[in-house]
Amino acid sequence: MTVTYPNAAENEQPFAGVQVQKFLMWLFLASEVMFFTGLIVAYVVIRFNSASWPIVAEALNVPLVAANTFILIVSSVTMVLALDNFEQAQAQRGRLYLIATIVLGIVFLSIQAIEWAELIEHGTLPSTSLFGATFFTLTGFHGAHVTGGVLWILGVTIAAFRGSYDDNPLGIELVGLYWHFVDLVWIILFTIVYLI
Amino acid sequence: MSENHHAKRPYIKVFVALAVLTAVEVGVARLGGLPKPVFISLLAILAIAKALLVALFYMHLRYDNTILAIIGGFPFFLAVVMALIILADRTLVGGLIGG
Repeated sequence: MTVTYPNAAENEQPFAGVQVQKFLMWLFLASEVMFFTGLIVAYVVIRFNSASWPIVAEALNVPLVAANTFILIVSSVTMVLALDNFEQAQAQRGRLYLIATIVLGIVFLSIQAIEWAELIEHGTLPSTSLFGATFFTLTGFHGAHVTGGVLWILGVTIAAFRGSYDDNPLGIELVGLYWHFVDLVWIILFTIVYLI
Repeated sequence: MSENHHAKRPYIKVFVALAVLTAVEVGVARLGGLPKPVFISLLAILAIAKALLVALFYMHLRYDNTILAIIGGFPFFLAVVMALIILADRTLVGGLIGG
């Protein structure tokens, strides 16, 4: 039997019009969906089966976190506008939107740090209760993802100032996918942890 | 990359929709008074609507190759199945997970 291997061009395009890097990014995001699903389901099961659980509106600073949610949504807009501007050959404006996204990401993390500090000051720690353990695990893993995203966007922004994406903004689209995913996860976490 | 020179996409409209939905969510949570199943269902629907807006428009699933939507959507489908199993466990079976 003769085995025919695809040539290099076919290797680059396993699906029509889909770049390999983007395909792989979506595979990574699919694994991230499963990761966060595991955490969220564990949270829900523990909460359902706990004899006592604090009243969320009293234990957590919901208005502050609602404002933080809004900030993350705005950062998603600046991210998508950055890509849009690079696609329209408006690299200068695109770079400014990237900087805005970094700033908003840092503001989000700072507000989350304030929230954590408040909770710790009031004696809520991962070791003190199931509520503390699950809360810090969920928001901590999400915060780690935001931190990774900010660092990645920072790297992309530096490359953008060197002109790396003037002709092909794929790198910006990839980091954008990750950033929007982090926003999407927060949308779900905000509802489950802070509102329900 | 998404196709170059694409028509103007509704990024700002989606942002306004996300902001309004977030405000509605917080309003529903603060108002209270709703029966718990209605309250949880309403908040879940609002969260899913927001997540879909982000995925379809900001992550470009509405414009990209369907294979990407399948890759991204399949684990979401599994997550929903998992949620339904937990719900069934709580309401029909009587809490097997809790022992």
